[in-house]
Amino acid sequence: MIKLLLAGVPRTGLLMLAILLALFVALPFFVSDYLVTVLFLILYFAFVGQAWNIMMGFAGQLSLGHALYVGLGAYAAAALYVHFGISPWIGLWASMGISAVAGAIIGFLAFRFGVGGVYFAILTIAFAEFARIGFDHFTWVDGSSGFFLPVANYTENDLWNLRGSTRMFYYLMLGMTVAALLACHALLRSRAGYYWLAIRESPEAAQALGINIFKYKMYAVVLSAAMTSLAGVIFAFFYNNLFPEQIFHISRSIELILAPIIGGVGTLAGPLVGAFLLTALAEGLREVMLQLGVDVPGVKQVFYGICLLLVVMFLPDGVWPPLSKLLGLDRKTPDREG
Amino acid sequence: MFTRGSLVPAEIYLNVAASGLLTGLVYGLMALGLSVIFGVVRVVNFAHGEMMTVAMYIALVLFTAYGLDPLVAMVPIAAVLFAFGYLLQAGLINPFITRPEHSQFMLLVAIALILVNLQLIAFGPDAQGVHTSYSFDSYALGPLIIDASKAYAAIAALVVAAALFAFFRFTLLGKAIRACADNYHGALVVGLNVKHLYALTFGLGAACVGAAGAMLMVVIDVTPSIGPAYTLLAFVIVITGGMGSMPGALLGGVLIGVTEALGGLLFTPSAKSMFAFGLLVLVLLFRPQGILGKKTA
Amino acid sequence: MAALLVVDNVSKSFSGLRAVQDVSFTVPAGEIVALIGPNGAGKTTCFNLIAGVYRPDQGEVRFADQRIDGWRPDQICRAGIGRTFQLVKPFAGLSVLENVTVGALNASASVPEAQDRSKAVLDKLGLWSKRDRTAGALTLPERKLLEVARALATGPRLLLLDEVMAGLRPTEVNTMVSLFRELNASSGLTILLIEHVMRAVMALSRTVVVLHHGQVIAAGTPDEVTRNPAVLESYLGEEAL
Repeated sequence: MIKLLLAGVPRTGLLMLAILLALFVALPFFVSDYLVTVLFLILYFAFVGQAWNIMMGFAGQLSLGHALYVGLGAYAAAALYVHFGISPWIGLWASMGISAVAGAIIGFLAFRFGVGGVYFAILTIAFAEFARIGFDHFTWVDGSSGFFLPVANYTENDLWNLRGSTRMFYYLMLGMTVAALLACHALLRSRAGYYWLAIRESPEAAQALGINIFKYKMYAVVLSAAMTSLAGVIFAFFYNNLFPEQIFHISRSIELILAPIIGGVGTLAGPLVGAFLLTALAEGLREVMLQLGVDVPGVKQVFYGICLLLVVMFLPDGVWPPLSKLLGLDRKTPDREG
Repeated sequence: MFTRGSLVPAEIYLNVAASGLLTGLVYGLMALGLSVIFGVVRVVNFAHGEMMTVAMYIALVLFTAYGLDPLVAMVPIAAVLFAFGYLLQAGLINPFITRPEHSQFMLLVAIALILVNLQLIAFGPDAQGVHTSYSFDSYALGPLIIDASKAYAAIAALVVAAALFAFFRFTLLGKAIRACADNYHGALVVGLNVKHLYALTFGLGAACVGAAGAMLMVVIDVTPSIGPAYTLLAFVIVITGGMGSMPGALLGGVLIGVTEALGGLLFTPSAKSMFAFGLLVLVLLFRPQGILGKKTA
Repeated sequence: MAALLVVDNVSKSFSGLRAVQDVSFTVPAGEIVALIGPNGAGKTTCFNLIAGVYRPDQGEVRFADQRIDGWRPDQICRAGIGRTFQLVKPFAGLSVLENVTVGALNASASVPEAQDRSKAVLDKLGLWSKRDRTAGALTLPERKLLEVARALATGPRLLLLDEVMAGLRPTEVNTMVSLFRELNASSGLTILLIEHVMRAVMALSRTVVVLHHGQVIAAGTPDEVTRNPAVLESYLGEEAL
């Protein structure tokens, strides 16, 4: 199993991964609570980026409404916990189930009726907006006034109910991110992975080679939705408050896809690299603004916008492909004329 | 959700529908800009609503600083937006016309993100509006009571839309742009400066949305956050009416305006845009080319 | 010999225009059959009707005694028909090996098995040394070969080749011809090809079907067909003049 997971990764890459992992495990012992939160955010964005990447990077289906699955996942687990005292470890199955069904409905409608490209992207936004307005009027989870999880001062980490310190959430998120990375690595090497890439590159040719493109696009949407909703569960229990206006908002959907786009759509390392760059730069910016005594909302988003603009213009494949070449990690051996 | 329908007399329905129709015409003009850009340049302007709020803020500043009526300020505002659109296309988007669809889309997402947050920085998150001398005037038309602001805005929208129709139908430049839309390579072969024409088109689309923004300023308040909402609304309208179809955009605008107004009346006002999205989903599924759109093979 | 593929009275129109009209022909198992005709004769439409891209307005397509008209392209591929596209459609961002592996998965239980299968196909076609190149970086002849390799890797009983020799140099055409001959002889692979390179048609096929304006105007051995006055007039005449 391990051997299968690590197949095809160059030795230097493995070494760097191991060092990186050790660093991520060790860091919380040496840095402040605040920095742990920042690291947590990096992992959070790397995780959802990885989930989104399955749909866009692997199968080539552009979703701009992924906040839908974060929101559904968050609300499902939170509501089960608040109303019935059900542990999020059980609730997350409901989260994944609901998000998978939502993804399946969107996918079924779009792929059966031949809605593709930008139209598909707009359809995904429309469904997220549906949910946003719907949840505003969904009184079981307190509608637009927001849904809150009970908060106390936790002296002990209660992993079963996900009540505890930032560090607990950090390690949980680290585990999830590593698992997502390994899962995606394995997926890319599986039949589904090959088929997704084929569909992304040319649906007609893929179909002519015996691939049921409807089925495999559905797999991608459902898997991506379910995985994204797990991040939603963490989001709910970490922040303890949910507002439809925020969690389903289009700006959240955009925020989720920045990391994989900046890192490199369709690459395994892309979401992590992108999340790291984006969060690190944003924190740097925050520090500078603090020093200058400027406190204006929106600056961070303008900065995100500029980063996105620059990457889309000058690094259309993202940061990782050229970076990995620089580090000598690209897997394909360039053969000279022959 | 509760229904108030049974308590509401018929005139109110009529009034609300009429008011939705008038607002819908302004929506239609805004969407016309998106449709023209898509029809010619084949780029989906994801920053459309954000460009409209830029126009609204200019109108707001001109009104508060100089007392200029937004419906008059509409002309210079459209000119400013035209220049902005021209430069945007010439400088940023033209190099992208051969890139994949999602790449163009992300470029405009980035521009939208920058625009909306620059507005947030400059004007803050609170809603701001203008009160003109006719803000509270209304006309009685039989059983109908019509807001003067909405009526003026709708008339202005019709005038601008008519001018745009005339431009594309009768002027040489308009015909050249249509030639580009029909056949990109053909247009290159006969020596048309396609990049310039694309930039002009984007400018025209931006001018439309600029004018629509100035008009809307007399009807609604502006906050930065309505930008993305109106981008979505423009998509809904254009897809409903038919991407690239100019009459389709106006028809879609009216349809969405009336749907929203009646939806707001029958259910709660805050749920009104759900009806617009419901309409979008239905159209995407059953008539993806839109009501007046041409079917592509 | 038993017919592997039967095209029976098939018609297809596009917005009133009849692209293919009452076309009937058969491809016997183990044979190489060529479909020729001037541009716009409906050859590629015929292919697309067989491969499931279009559904015929009327008529039947039978493969191995099974009706396949109306099936999806992927179902038809799984039934045992591999095809190439006239305008090649490589998975441009993937490597040559990955391209062929996608095809090979159709006939393999696992990814490693598909990779082994791909290696065999790439060896046979002389593309193994290029396995790590991205398909987008290949030359046109290489892309045509890759197109064939991918289709072959799906393990077809019938291979549909749509102008795979167009744009190749004479020596490259010779290589392709001997390759298909060898495949046909060694594994009994049945081939239906659309081809404009007459030299290849003459060298490969035992039966030639001639299409003109969407209709079959002649069928027979290459010799018979080239002597048929109707063919000379409509097709060869047109090309020769």
